[in-house]
Amino acid sequence: MGFVTGLKCRECGRQYDIEPIYVCEFCFGPLEAVYDYRKIKKAISRKKIEKRDENLWRYRELLPIDKEPQAGLYSGFTPLVKADNLGRELGLKELYIKDDTVAHPTFSFKDRVVAVALTKAKEFGFDTVACASTGNLAHSVSAQGAKAGFKRFIFIPATLEESKITSSLIFEPHLVAVDGNYDEVNRLCSEIANRYRWAFVNINIRPFYAEGSKTIGFEVAEQLGWKAPDNIVVPCASGSLLTKIWKAFKELKEVGLLKTADTRVFAAQALGCNPIVTAIKNDTDVIRPIKPETIAKSLAIGNPADGYYAYAAVKESGGYGEDVTDDEIVEGMKLLARTEGIFAETAGGVTVAVTKKLVQQGYINRNEVTVICVTGNGLKTREALEGRMASPIYIKPHIDAFEEALKRI
Amino acid sequence: MAVKVRIPTPLQRLTGGKEEVEGKPGKLIDLIMELDKEYPGLAERVSENGKIRRFVNIYVNEEDVRFLNAEETEVKDGDEVSIVPAIAGGRGI
Repeated sequence: MGFVTGLKCRECGRQYDIEPIYVCEFCFGPLEAVYDYRKIKKAISRKKIEKRDENLWRYRELLPIDKEPQAGLYSGFTPLVKADNLGRELGLKELYIKDDTVAHPTFSFKDRVVAVALTKAKEFGFDTVACASTGNLAHSVSAQGAKAGFKRFIFIPATLEESKITSSLIFEPHLVAVDGNYDEVNRLCSEIANRYRWAFVNINIRPFYAEGSKTIGFEVAEQLGWKAPDNIVVPCASGSLLTKIWKAFKELKEVGLLKTADTRVFAAQALGCNPIVTAIKNDTDVIRPIKPETIAKSLAIGNPADGYYAYAAVKESGGYGEDVTDDEIVEGMKLLARTEGIFAETAGGVTVAVTKKLVQQGYINRNEVTVICVTGNGLKTREALEGRMASPIYIKPHIDAFEEALKRI
Repeated sequence: MAVKVRIPTPLQRLTGGKEEVEGKPGKLIDLIMELDKEYPGLAERVSENGKIRRFVNIYVNEEDVRFLNAEETEVKDGDEVSIVPAIAGGRGI
């Protein structure tokens, strides 16, 4: 039994039925799922949630499905790691990593949004799913789509990392590598979505798909003992994840699961693709599109669809944003790995490095509860580390050789 | 010479199917209001309270007016104005 009453335009408020549509016919704004929070409040409780299986469907009343979940049955509820070592290095007393490097089944937070999108695609009766992707989404749709029995068309920029291409190909979808950047792939997919009756998870299914990101916020609050953190740092590509995490805390309060939700939300981007952070720093709601140039390819969206809403969420929450160089990104990945044993992809390096900057600049208070969102596994972006790693110690198979080497360490 | 104004497919219903119409030079918002007299309903689709809607892009000679003077941008004789919805595509099938 679902609690979505319809779709609504985020700009002009016009209402629509629950259909695979994503643009307002009147003002061209994006559509969003609308919930009956009063009904949800009556149907939900902390105890009820705590008894459920440890996956993202734990919060199903706040997700936009009408019947049973049909994908991602083991997805979500990733560890919230208490990061004392990293906290000490950054000067933070209580730091946590929301660790989606181990998301099931494809090691990125995209498994959350895809679980919701595919379930909804089944409810709409689609037999083919598709997506435009910078990599993680391709991997997740390829995998989850296979398990759910969908035909799959996956569109990626041709310059995507080799490991990400292999990660999708193993599931044998139709993988289309487009000679262009993500923004161009996305535009092409909108045209294709208009012509073929396919469920493009991040286009015509977007209003449902995007809601899956809220589960990071729900889980963080539950894992902190039903408490919203003081600060949360979120990497931004389209900006959607950040807006949905902010929405998640507000919804938990709305339905009575949290008493307060005063989290400051911080945006993290790479210097080579920072349209949202630039808007935040200049305090303007006009996002200036750029051409991305960064090793953080999963965040390389030069014209972020939710850029304005991310800016608005940051402003409303009293947060801020920062960007970091490619060198700082790699340092961030290494810092996280050597302090907490977590190997994050470049986006994780961005978020850790940005957190470091925000603490240094005084935007994050050292005595508060801070959460860093790590959204994908480092094994997926190994190319970014080429030439930036120390070498192993090479020795001959003699104990003398080893002891000689030991002297030099 | 007038101003060439390109109308996107979703709005061509309002211009009798025309994908290009003629506008008067002057401030962009005034040009839109003038067009609305001939094609009623056009103004409220692309603007609200005198400001261009967030998800409507308007280009004057290929430049996004957001980075010129927004609705106050001066449009001259011979200029080309394009109206393009920000999110490509409309209803899914």
